[in-house]
Amino acid sequence: MTAIPLGHLLILGAILFSIGLVGVLTRRNMLVMLMSVEVMLNAVNLTLVAFSRYRGWTEGHVLAFFIIAVAAAEAAVGLAMVLSVFRLKQTVYIDDLKLLKR
Amino acid sequence: MSSELVIFYVLAAGAVGFAIAMLLPPLGKNPIHSALSLIGSFFCLAALYAQLSAHLLAALQIIVYAGAVMVLFTFVIMLLNLAPDEIQPLKVTTTKVVGGVLALFIFGKLLTAIGLAAAGAVPVELVEGQGYGTVKVIGRMLYSTFMVPFELASVLLLVAAVGAVVLAKRSLSYVDRPAPPPAGLNQLANSPDQGGHDETHGDPGHH
Repeated sequence: MTAIPLGHLLILGAILFSIGLVGVLTRRNMLVMLMSVEVMLNAVNLTLVAFSRYRGWTEGHVLAFFIIAVAAAEAAVGLAMVLSVFRLKQTVYIDDLKLLKR
Repeated sequence: MSSELVIFYVLAAGAVGFAIAMLLPPLGKNPIHSALSLIGSFFCLAALYAQLSAHLLAALQIIVYAGAVMVLFTFVIMLLNLAPDEIQPLKVTTTKVVGGVLALFIFGKLLTAIGLAAAGAVPVELVEGQGYGTVKVIGRMLYSTFMVPFELASVLLLVAAVGAVVLAKRSLSYVDRPAPPPAGLNQLANSPDQGGHDETHGDPGHH
């Protein structure tokens, strides 16, 4: 029997998700944006774990497992893209990537 | 207030505090400080998972997130090696204000949804011998009910690994070149791609 109310866990998940969202929307550094996406994925994981704890199910843990796998793949490909963009443009700031704007 | 709840508040404050420190100055200005702050947030979340009896996920959180993913992040940040004057200052623009307001709006929406979902929720009692959240239970489920998604996840990771190598490779013709051209030609060949030129000085023994 856990003493933590479900609402507390869900609100923590919502706060973390919003922090990640603020990071993606407001920061212009590609590396920090990718990190913010990781925060958002972690918030979702926390919500899944909280719900499965309250239901006594294991399916939520399996889903969180898959989210971790996808997040690892996303980080690997995203960072490779940041690297190749940096090699091409010498910048990690998305404001400097305006080739289509001209 | 029970001790379990106190631990929860400490961990939650840690997770949120480190995540905020990732984005705001003074820590948020430098990407490497952001990454280290994010590792702290991940550790707090891992402890929270352990508190919720998700033992496998707590271990995975530390091994995969705080270990593999964040090592990759710090590795790339140090590889790019941005000079202090290349790190742009954080300034408030209209886009950022709109982004912040949008995030606040979504947070409000989430709160109302949580109010509905969490009302009167009572946790089930965990049976001692069932091994809730252990490797055995989750592994059995992964290899029976979730067999196909599990295999697809492994294919996804393989594709991501190959894709990362292909994306991060300098160029394919670069590998086939048997010997480096003379210095003058080298300058000419690298002039459209200044990044490659910069890095050739890093490991002269390789070429």
